[in-house]
Amino acid sequence: MKKNVKRFFSGGLGQLTIPIIAILLLVIFNLIRDPSFFSIGIAHNSDGNMVLAGNLISIINGASELAILAMGMTLVTAACGGQDISVGAAAAIAGSVFVKVLKSSGGNIHGGLVVAAFVAACIVAMLFASFNGTLVAVFKIQPMIATLILYTCGRSIAYWINGGATPTVSSPVINAIGSFIPGIPIPTPVLIVVLMAILFRLLFHFTSLELFTQSVGINGSAARLNGINSTFIKLLSFVILGVCVAVAGSIGVSRLGLINHETLLLDVEMDTILAVAIGGNSLGGGKFKIGGSIIGAYVIQMLTITLYAMKVSSTDVKAYKAIVIILLVVIGSPVVKAKFSKFASKVFNKEKKAVVKGAE
Amino acid sequence: MQEDTLLQMRHIDKRFPGVRALNDVDFTLRKGEIHALMGENGAGKSTLIKILTGVYQMDGGEISVEGEKVSIRSPQDAQNKGISTVYQEITLCPNLTVSENMFIGRGKGAWVKHKALEKRADEILTKLGIPARSSQQLGSCSLAVQQMVAIARAVDMNCKVLILDEPTSSLDDKEVNMLFALMRDLKSRGVGIIFVTHFLEQVYEVSDRITVLRNGELVGEYLTKDLPQVDLVAKMIGKELDELSDLSEGDVHEENYNEVLYEAENLSSSDAKPFDFSIRRGEVNGFTGLLGSGRSESVRAIFGADKVNGGNVKVKGQNVKITHPIDAMKHGIGYLAEDRKRDGIIAELSVRENIILALQVMNGIFKPISRSEQEAFADEYIKALNIKTASRETPVGSLSGGNQQKVILARWLLTHPDYLILDEPTRGIDVGTKLEIQKLVLKLAEEGVSVTFISSEVEEMLRTCSRLIVMRDRHVVGELKGKDLNQAQVMKTIAGGEA
Repeated sequence: MKKNVKRFFSGGLGQLTIPIIAILLLVIFNLIRDPSFFSIGIAHNSDGNMVLAGNLISIINGASELAILAMGMTLVTAACGGQDISVGAAAAIAGSVFVKVLKSSGGNIHGGLVVAAFVAACIVAMLFASFNGTLVAVFKIQPMIATLILYTCGRSIAYWINGGATPTVSSPVINAIGSFIPGIPIPTPVLIVVLMAILFRLLFHFTSLELFTQSVGINGSAARLNGINSTFIKLLSFVILGVCVAVAGSIGVSRLGLINHETLLLDVEMDTILAVAIGGNSLGGGKFKIGGSIIGAYVIQMLTITLYAMKVSSTDVKAYKAIVIILLVVIGSPVVKAKFSKFASKVFNKEKKAVVKGAE
Repeated sequence: MQEDTLLQMRHIDKRFPGVRALNDVDFTLRKGEIHALMGENGAGKSTLIKILTGVYQMDGGEISVEGEKVSIRSPQDAQNKGISTVYQEITLCPNLTVSENMFIGRGKGAWVKHKALEKRADEILTKLGIPARSSQQLGSCSLAVQQMVAIARAVDMNCKVLILDEPTSSLDDKEVNMLFALMRDLKSRGVGIIFVTHFLEQVYEVSDRITVLRNGELVGEYLTKDLPQVDLVAKMIGKELDELSDLSEGDVHEENYNEVLYEAENLSSSDAKPFDFSIRRGEVNGFTGLLGSGRSESVRAIFGADKVNGGNVKVKGQNVKITHPIDAMKHGIGYLAEDRKRDGIIAELSVRENIILALQVMNGIFKPISRSEQEAFADEYIKALNIKTASRETPVGSLSGGNQQKVILARWLLTHPDYLILDEPTRGIDVGTKLEIQKLVLKLAEEGVSVTFISSEVEEMLRTCSRLIVMRDRHVVGELKGKDLNQAQVMKTIAGGEA
């Protein structure tokens, strides 16, 4: 037990230390502030289903798109040593395609059509991601600059897809994706996050993508001389992010029952990058942990909801968020970490010495 | 204490988690001497230097400069006390001018008087006989000159103690001589120089005194002229060198095979001029020549590491196309690159992941080697090559240079290559490991693996290779075998006598 505690404080959990501490601090803070903050109740929703309700549920539910995007972003970050800032705009495009296909049938939206719409959204998102990926992997443009293009024009493209309108789609199927499947009390987006996490786990289990991505990210030159096609690995990371973008975009559309190309997942790219960073992943690429980024997404969402619960106005929330994030990033910085682990080892060594003396 | 003692380190202790890096080590430097600090990798040389330059803090002991007890808290602090270091990797800014590099970070206030500084820089450069102009961009100078500029910078900062950490490892003979001349000049001005190197000949050429460390402990301090080279090596590795003599006296190994394994005609790449080359099964041959003669570029072309421009390549008699490393790997060729840090290790990944990397790439992304198999492979090679690591999950970057090299060797051995290209496998690693690698090469050859071996130490190549291809100015200028395989003939061919 003590060994584990020591390991934890000397950063032995590796990169997960900071995100876990962050989420624990937020939980403790909320428990002190309002012990009922995390109470989970059962309520009837507007469709008459029995569902779970409470702040915790809305945090986990609300972070779904962010968590999914963070998974893909982690991979791009690891392989390319840079970030894709066009995910929000790309999600608006994917969402628009999703709605366009749903609308094509003239109102009768059934399960098969939703699948077709999702596949179409996926393909389009992957195409745009390949465009980004090609600029980065083949033309060696810095990721942030390369994706600036789609960041700038993405929402205009989304605007064209539905002819400038913001059409609504209403159907039990869409409603089930955006909120609850009848009979299951857990919000569907949360289930989709779990599914995506499992898919990533399987991807890393049944392929060597993790090893290759890390190799390319840490030492591209050595990776190339060991026969790894780093262009392909980088491109692939973008395409996988593209899938995540399509999933997030489709969830976003299903929640509201409409596509608003101007506001769908607006500013999500910065939160996504932040989630990756809070997750302890180096933004310069290399070693990564998808789990860290997922926790990072929940940290951000819990922070937002906590602030709202404290009656902070929505215009002020961003400023408060920034303060907490500064703290997190500074605590997670190598300088502070080194100081902290030195301190921890001193404390524990003293204890050890005391124990030895006691034994004598 | 003697009058001329410049620096004294006494009873220095330094511990790292789980390791005692230095244990009660003494070191004394006198005014106007060149003092070689010797030891195998892991002996504690770097740790001692880093304590002296304030990178690490010692756990015990004391340091005095000119008789005065000092504590050195940071590299900046060390510089203020007159202790300067010039590292193996040059740490200047290649895109600034020579004078800017000499004065960077030393000015007071924001305004820089370029003209005045350049004039001053030129004076120093002339005084020290360094062939560079102050207004020249540093990147346009040769590596040797860049290093000398770094030294000039240190000298101008009134350094009393100058530490040169492997300064000659990327210089050719002429440049080494230039550097030595500068070192002797500084010595005559009373500067004390600590010289860290792996090249034994250079120690004997330039140093006055030698301190030997082994496993973090002081072995002794000797006058260079009183310590024969064989004794020095024995003190460094702590055992008599029968094994070394074994190797050097052993005949060039018998060649058991006649099949030509690899054959290239007119092979050329973006960096290598067209050349012909072939190697038989179980043969050990080598490329030799001065730095920049094109020896590395040639083997890189064989492996497809640079853009291949043309040529006919046959592996086992079949025409093949090798334009990327993966093609070469699929035809059973492995390549250990010259620059271990840049082209070899994936520093943050574990020893295990580094070992299985090449095999995994050959298997393809969809056939991952299972974790238990990876562990078995890693354990097997850690044992077989005697890799010293805390565990198989230790990041490879934290291993010593020699052990990192063994990990990369393990990586290629695991792919069971027919043909292994080793470019400078023994550079910057200790004598004991060098020997192990040479033995391994001969053992592989006996098992039928062809090996191309490149080393800047001709002696080492003569011990292992049965055929030497000599290069000069990017062309093959000769091929030596049999009785021509001796140092004199190699030198003559490199220098341009008739082969």
